[in-house]
Amino acid sequence: MINKIVDSYAAAVADIRDGAVVAVGGFGEVGMPTELLHALIEQGAKDLTVIANNAGVGHTGLAALMEAGRIRKIICSFPRSGGSVVFEKMYAAGKLELELVPQGTLAERLRAAGAGIPAFYTPTGVGTKLAHGKEVREIDGKEYVLERALPADVALIRVWQADRWGNATFMLSGRNFAHPMAMAARQTIAMAHGITELGTLDPDHVHLPGIFVHRVVALDAPDRRSHYP
Amino acid sequence: MTEPQPLSRKAMAARAAADIPEGWYVNLGIGMPTMVADYVPLEREVVFHSENGILGVGPAPAKGQENPWLVNAGKQPITLRPGASICHHADSFLMIRGGHLDLCILGAFEVAMNGDLANWATSENDTAPGVGGAMDLAAGAKRIWVLMEHTTKDGRPKLVRSCGYPLTAPRVVKRVYTNLAVLDVAGEGFVVREILDGLSFESLQARTDAPLSRAPDLRTLAAH
Repeated sequence: MINKIVDSYAAAVADIRDGAVVAVGGFGEVGMPTELLHALIEQGAKDLTVIANNAGVGHTGLAALMEAGRIRKIICSFPRSGGSVVFEKMYAAGKLELELVPQGTLAERLRAAGAGIPAFYTPTGVGTKLAHGKEVREIDGKEYVLERALPADVALIRVWQADRWGNATFMLSGRNFAHPMAMAARQTIAMAHGITELGTLDPDHVHLPGIFVHRVVALDAPDRRSHYP
Repeated sequence: MTEPQPLSRKAMAARAAADIPEGWYVNLGIGMPTMVADYVPLEREVVFHSENGILGVGPAPAKGQENPWLVNAGKQPITLRPGASICHHADSFLMIRGGHLDLCILGAFEVAMNGDLANWATSENDTAPGVGGAMDLAAGAKRIWVLMEHTTKDGRPKLVRSCGYPLTAPRVVKRVYTNLAVLDVAGEGFVVREILDGLSFESLQARTDAPLSRAPDLRTLAAH
């Protein structure tokens, strides 16, 4: 019997290693897997490279992991936004490396990693400083930048419903980066607002097929921490 | 002679909105461009795209009716209109990059007369500016319009011969809506299509770094 459901956040993140590349779902706070990030702080992994669209808000979730000093490098498209206080302080202090990537290039690099495509040419960034040092090639009279796939060791995502095979649905704009990140990661860990019996999700309405999901923890698992510390 | 009152931000958004035909798929940048949707009547069916995977963005929700699962690119609460759909980020940017959007309206720091767009970083030395989806939108949409004030707060022209700020994308802007005029990018300068009532062409040129020319059917910029 396949059963990807684990009974605690601690079990969900237990084997994330020091130095891991961790993709963190969410667009701003929508879809942010806050409780999984808090469990990761408790778990203790350090020297992490984090892939996320934004660099955290306030002092919870991604910002809490950053503030705990566990992130060596962040790969994101929009690090500074209202409330990104931890990022700004740590980046200014030289405690954080930043790789800035256009948002669509970030999504496509993740998708490509999941799709077995090592690199791709894109029109985004041509003629800008984000293309410096990258191969530019003219194809059919138009210039493109070569961008490499971005695989992750782990993806942490928030889903709406999931079954024990890892089939999952999302809620509205909570879907955002979760899908390409789940495809890009060797191990995808999903926190689910609801666990459903196998067979109850309509196959036509599964958003993320279970092949991309390796562990599922219920939102209200006993060690849930919505706030940190 | 007293100078006429420039268009308000709302009037600028309304002016740009008037040019969007029914049936277009349109992305609106954060800030003033987001306001454009308020001036497209719901019965003129324009499908607004939000980079975080939404087609069919509706009006802002009433206070207390916000859905925490539903935000736009600026992370503001939104509603969906009937016919809306959700996709993931890679597909959302596929729509952008793949040329599926008819129009994207963006804000800008500078637009050059060859269509170069600078709207993401104000200095070569800023190492952590947010690029977000700006470069994808600029490179991918079928047409790019810019909605911005004609000059900076301290009076420097934003319609320039060549951009001083880091580029978002080269040669992409087709049209610019400002608080003083509507202009088309014309390579060697800008063609003025509409000019604020009571503003002389010479006054407009004085506020513009790049050379201007008159459209054959130059009209008065009317509030909509």
